[in-house]
Amino acid sequence: MFLQQLINGVALGSTYALIALGYTMVYGIITLINFAHGEIFMVGAFVGLLLITYFKLNIFVAMFLSMSFCMILGVVIELVAYRRLRRSSRLSALISAIGVSIFLSSLALMIFGADAKAFPDDVFPLRQIKIGSAEVSTLQLSIIGISALLMLTLEFIVQKTKIGKAMRATSEDYTAAALMGINVNRVISFTFALGSALAAAGGMLVGLLFNAVTFNMGLMAGLKAFAAAVLGGIGSIPGAMLGGVLLGVTEVFGVAIGYSSYRDAIAFTILVLVLLLKPTGLLGQKIQKKV
Amino acid sequence: MGHFLQSIVGSVDPYTLQIIVNIGIAIPLALGLNVITGLTGQLSLGHAAFMSIGAFIGAILTNRLGLPFELNLILTGLLTALIGVLIGFPILRLTGDYLAICTLGFAEIVKVVFLNLDITNKALGMQVVPAKTSIPMPIYVWVVAIISIVFVTFLQSSRLGRALKAIREDEIAAEAMGINLAIYKVKSFAIGTFLAGIGGCLYAHFINYINPSDFGFLKSVDILSMVVLGGLGSIPGTVFGAAVLSAAPEFLRFMSQYRMLVYGALLVCLMVFRPNGLLGGVNFTGMLMKALGRRASETLAADPKRREL
Repeated sequence: MFLQQLINGVALGSTYALIALGYTMVYGIITLINFAHGEIFMVGAFVGLLLITYFKLNIFVAMFLSMSFCMILGVVIELVAYRRLRRSSRLSALISAIGVSIFLSSLALMIFGADAKAFPDDVFPLRQIKIGSAEVSTLQLSIIGISALLMLTLEFIVQKTKIGKAMRATSEDYTAAALMGINVNRVISFTFALGSALAAAGGMLVGLLFNAVTFNMGLMAGLKAFAAAVLGGIGSIPGAMLGGVLLGVTEVFGVAIGYSSYRDAIAFTILVLVLLLKPTGLLGQKIQKKV
Repeated sequence: MGHFLQSIVGSVDPYTLQIIVNIGIAIPLALGLNVITGLTGQLSLGHAAFMSIGAFIGAILTNRLGLPFELNLILTGLLTALIGVLIGFPILRLTGDYLAICTLGFAEIVKVVFLNLDITNKALGMQVVPAKTSIPMPIYVWVVAIISIVFVTFLQSSRLGRALKAIREDEIAAEAMGINLAIYKVKSFAIGTFLAGIGGCLYAHFINYINPSDFGFLKSVDILSMVVLGGLGSIPGTVFGAAVLSAAPEFLRFMSQYRMLVYGALLVCLMVFRPNGLLGGVNFTGMLMKALGRRASETLAADPKRREL
């Protein structure tokens, strides 16, 4: 029972972690809560669904194409809605992000309608595997595997490549990085592309896990992923992974012990408690107050 | 008196009346958020939660106790403010985005709790019996809206208001000047949530049906957009924003299915081209004075005798 719920939790949590990474990277670089991120997750799920249903593509090809599409979408959103607001107040950028979010979700509502869409049955070879006392589906294992793979790739890009170094430098000090000859705009675009690709993958995995894709799935998933990012310490990449998994596990256990109608409140209660007790999150760095 | 007012309200086309009342309800809500976010600079993404608390307290007071509406309204405002203080006291230590997220999280918790409580009739929502008052609700709404405009205008230039503005401009400097940050922030939160509670109570008694799902994140965003659209911290701006955004869904009705699409795009365009809001940085008192002054000097010039007076 315990192991079963733990695996369910980790599978759910790793999708939260995928979304949370996008939030945390963007926040780390331009201190913007990118509210449109949840909608990118939704768009990713829909694009994947379309590719699989109408073009009969293999799920992995579809996931790759959906990730590429969302990369472009993320970059375009940044270009249109955030770039000009970088120097104005944070609130304006936040409202702009919310505007993008409303725009995308209502666009999805218009195109796909209000009812939930499901992936075709044969899209994924579903089998149950027994691990100890727990029954685990191949889907859950693949979700955990794919998420881990994507996160490792991200960690590699951020730690070992030149653009990753530029990302870290920019999040450390925006102005100094610009003075050192880093093309800050390109770094920011790249960050949005990376985050959006992860969100698209997350969207497809969640769509497969619950077998439902709806136009408004982005809002709640986005908010929860954001809670996960804060839980881990916003701006910290390992923190987002840890926060996502922790949140997923807590939620699943909360439901398992009988608080299912409070499901959505669990994430936010954790969020509020973390902020009150340790505002920088589990792995976040303390921000020095500058006078 | 009641019949006379009723006949005035009855003479207005119901559709127009609905829009006018929606604007009137939005005004105290938006002004309340304007005190918290515009005046004190504390970003709140959970204002709709306080609106829902006000709506449910008001509805329960009317349904169960049958209090007269005047008393109900004030009591609802005070109780909401009390809850606001209880919540505000711990979370207002946080700054900036962390506070925003915390209020957002809190708002979701309130929604889920209301969806699970017996007294609020769970997910079915509550029917509200008509308010116990002889004055028709639309008149009530606008009287309250005007009182709240006057109240916030005076607040802005009072000692408290100046302290709040100091906190907005620079917390550290304000603290160094002897302003107790915690107490003043909580005061501003209390005033903001008081107005939100009153707005919620009016909403409940005008619509006569409330459901926790109506007060979600999008409602908070709606109220925040009103404040930001007009220009943060500007009272005429906030009233203007409340009017435009409450009426906007009606004016965009002709393109019904594209409505939210256009709304989202408009928000983005507005922020990109006028990040400080439509009326942000416009000095209304100055303009009014100038207009009056010019007119006064023109009449003086035209009438030489009056110059001697």
